[in-house]
Amino acid sequence: MSSGRPLRAGPVGGHLRVTLQRDYCMISLHAGSAVTAAFLASLVEAVEALTIVLAVAVVRGLRPALLGAVAGLAVLALIVVALGPLLDRVPLNVLQIAIGILLLLFGMRWLRKAILRAAGIIPLHDESTAFAKEEAELREQVQRHEQRLDWLAGLASFKAVLLEGLEVVFIVIALSAGRGVLLPVSAAAFAACLLVALSGVFLHRPLTRVPENALKFAVGVMLSAFGLFWTGEGLGVDWPGADLAIIAFIALFLGTGLACVALLNRRGAAAKTAS
Amino acid sequence: MKNLVASLRELAGLFVEDGALALAIIAVVVVAGLVAALAPAASWLSGLILLCGCLGVLVVNVATAKRG
Repeated sequence: MSSGRPLRAGPVGGHLRVTLQRDYCMISLHAGSAVTAAFLASLVEAVEALTIVLAVAVVRGLRPALLGAVAGLAVLALIVVALGPLLDRVPLNVLQIAIGILLLLFGMRWLRKAILRAAGIIPLHDESTAFAKEEAELREQVQRHEQRLDWLAGLASFKAVLLEGLEVVFIVIALSAGRGVLLPVSAAAFAACLLVALSGVFLHRPLTRVPENALKFAVGVMLSAFGLFWTGEGLGVDWPGADLAIIAFIALFLGTGLACVALLNRRGAAAKTAS
Repeated sequence: MKNLVASLRELAGLFVEDGALALAIIAVVVVAGLVAALAPAASWLSGLILLCGCLGVLVVNVATAKRG
């Protein structure tokens, strides 16, 4: 966070040093939370994509699975190259509002789902079930379209990598927009994807032991907090404490989410007792 | 065409899963935006509407969710 030197309030030089140190802390704080959110979100997305790619590899072999995945990555790269320069031309406050709203929609969707799963209202996401479902669907397609098997299998792998990858790209862009933290945030997302891919190569099975709902809860909280911050900034809100407000928002969303889980659990228990 | 529609639906599904939640979030942002435009000096009010609105929307949405 800080350089470790004591803060000394001298005349002009001292004031400048304090200001620089405070700005450095703010940037580190923002970068730290953005990097964590990008890493965790990318981990979840990569695990989901890996499950489908593995199912394709099991049903039709490694070739269509890898070809589909590589094609998905290539299309993703094209999208990034095409859209990247366009983002620089959008006025900052418009970009903040647009990204803020998308982050709110995306983050609160994840948080809502994680709360409902933690409270047992909807079933937990299970990678082995997702793997079995994808495998069964592919086998059914095999019976229906004998001559187009590799094509269909490759398409399933392609779609999984493209859709989950789009989420990763969106998260990276949204968390780093206009803050000069694109490199560390991209590196965190890349590291998470690489980690999952390597795990898949060595394990040859879906990563069922990843605590996906807890990760989704954490990421939903962080993305919602960032979304709230960005939307407010875009609307001209002068948040107290500037970037420090993000930490307060994270705490508020986390507290609200946990309170909702406790409330829903208590309500469920009361309903069970009554029946 | 069917594949394209399905893909577009999946793409939209990245952001919108529960229509009521998405609409409520947009409504909160619109109200906060209107307040920011009408009373630029009281930007704190827009911030407060955004913060309380988003948390409120989340609580109401999960509290009224049906068992699936």
